[in-house]
Amino acid sequence: MRCNSLVLLVLLCVGLTSVSHADELFMVRSSHAFPETMATLQEVISRHGYTVSRVQRVDIGLTDSGFKTDMYRLVFFARPDELRDLSQRYPQLIPYLPWPITIFAEGEETLLVTANPAELHALAHNDELKHLFRRWSTEFRAILEEVRKGE
Amino acid sequence: MRVVWSLLLTVLALPLAAAPGGGELYAQNCAVCHGADGRGGVGVPLALPSFLPSVSDDYLAATIRHGRPGRVMPAFTQLSNAEIQAIVAHLRSWMPPGSKVVTLSSQAVKGDVVRGKALFAERCAVCHGANGEGGHGTGVTFSRPRDLPIIAPALNNPGFLAAASDQMIKTTLMNGRDGTPMVSFLQQGLSERDIDDVVSYVRSFAAEAGWKPGNDDTPMLEMDSPYTLAETVEAVKRAAVGKNFRIIREQSLENGLFAATQESKTAHIVYFCNFNFINQALALDPRVGLFMPCRITVVEREGQVKMMSINPKYLSRLFNNAELDKPCEEMYQVYMGIMEEASL
Repeated sequence: MRCNSLVLLVLLCVGLTSVSHADELFMVRSSHAFPETMATLQEVISRHGYTVSRVQRVDIGLTDSGFKTDMYRLVFFARPDELRDLSQRYPQLIPYLPWPITIFAEGEETLLVTANPAELHALAHNDELKHLFRRWSTEFRAILEEVRKGE
Repeated sequence: MRVVWSLLLTVLALPLAAAPGGGELYAQNCAVCHGADGRGGVGVPLALPSFLPSVSDDYLAATIRHGRPGRVMPAFTQLSNAEIQAIVAHLRSWMPPGSKVVTLSSQAVKGDVVRGKALFAERCAVCHGANGEGGHGTGVTFSRPRDLPIIAPALNNPGFLAAASDQMIKTTLMNGRDGTPMVSFLQQGLSERDIDDVVSYVRSFAAEAGWKPGNDDTPMLEMDSPYTLAETVEAVKRAAVGKNFRIIREQSLENGLFAATQESKTAHIVYFCNFNFINQALALDPRVGLFMPCRITVVEREGQVKMMSINPKYLSRLFNNAELDKPCEEMYQVYMGIMEEASL
């Protein structure tokens, strides 16, 4: 019986070796309603030197197609010159540019999610890109934290 | 010498003084899914009066540390043990007044796995799935309609099995959990022996291979086009419509970042959507907006036109959600199909 338990424990440990860890996505909850949080997000993005290129209103498309949903949008942003330079020198980044933040309402609160660039290892194949993705990671985390705190 | 020691102690104590408390750690790491007050959201509600008194600190700490592989809850490997204990202490502040945490023995339950399997199929599988895989979707998502206040946990999950003791599973089966669909199986007519058998069967799930994130290491999909950029854009649009997608927008890559006259015209994005597909994907995981909308960028470099998109199978690993594997595979096939058709 003890031997069986040991085998199960070993198998359990093997099952836990490939777990996703919490830094792969940056996610925060704002205690403010969607419209205020959206305004704060755009302001914080600008304060960090980025430009919002557009907002995709997913909720409008869903409701127009007859589905029920609360506010659900995507905010795309980039530094214009950086995007131009990267898209020329590293075309493999193009499908990921401009970077999106997902923002959606949950009752009277708002959730924001974005991918952690530092986790997209296969995209960063040289030291320059590794450094860039680490910088983006720090900045995008800071943007979401400032929105969470309503700063 | 005393001054030196005082200074050293002060310096050593600085990180402790600056360390956030359990409430702030919860706000930073947990509130986004479980709600600021533990009412639930993308994640399950934690502040249920029947939940917190029925689980040990060890269960909560192990759950935070290991997460639930493939079930959205990530492993918080970056938190120290002290930080996890601080979060657990914060969760305990939601215990109903006067309640206390149940004390359970660590004794293993010895039951009949074969009998337990039959009882599980009869009594548990309807909510927890035939193989203990749990209910579908994420927890309570107030942004979308849901039938239940909580989804049934995946009992075959290595994270759950590492966190839950036999006695905890047994107690839950015996007492049920008020405020959720989990009923007391003693009241439903099972004997203690029957329940021991079910516990042993649940424990046997540990022998199964758990979910693993996809290993597709190609971050983007691309294909050459034999046509001009403008012709390829039109071909991509036709192919997307042919696969039941609606073209919602097309623009240059630099649109919104430069004045229209300054935009480079060598990278053009075609956005397309199938809202039925989006609605189904959002029901599985409300965070999947990061895949949206579907887009193929047509790029011209040194006279060669290429079509490019993200690889959904590469991105899906970030979500720790096994239920996204299938739609991500479908989207991969859609992207490849559109690019192939557009390049014919």
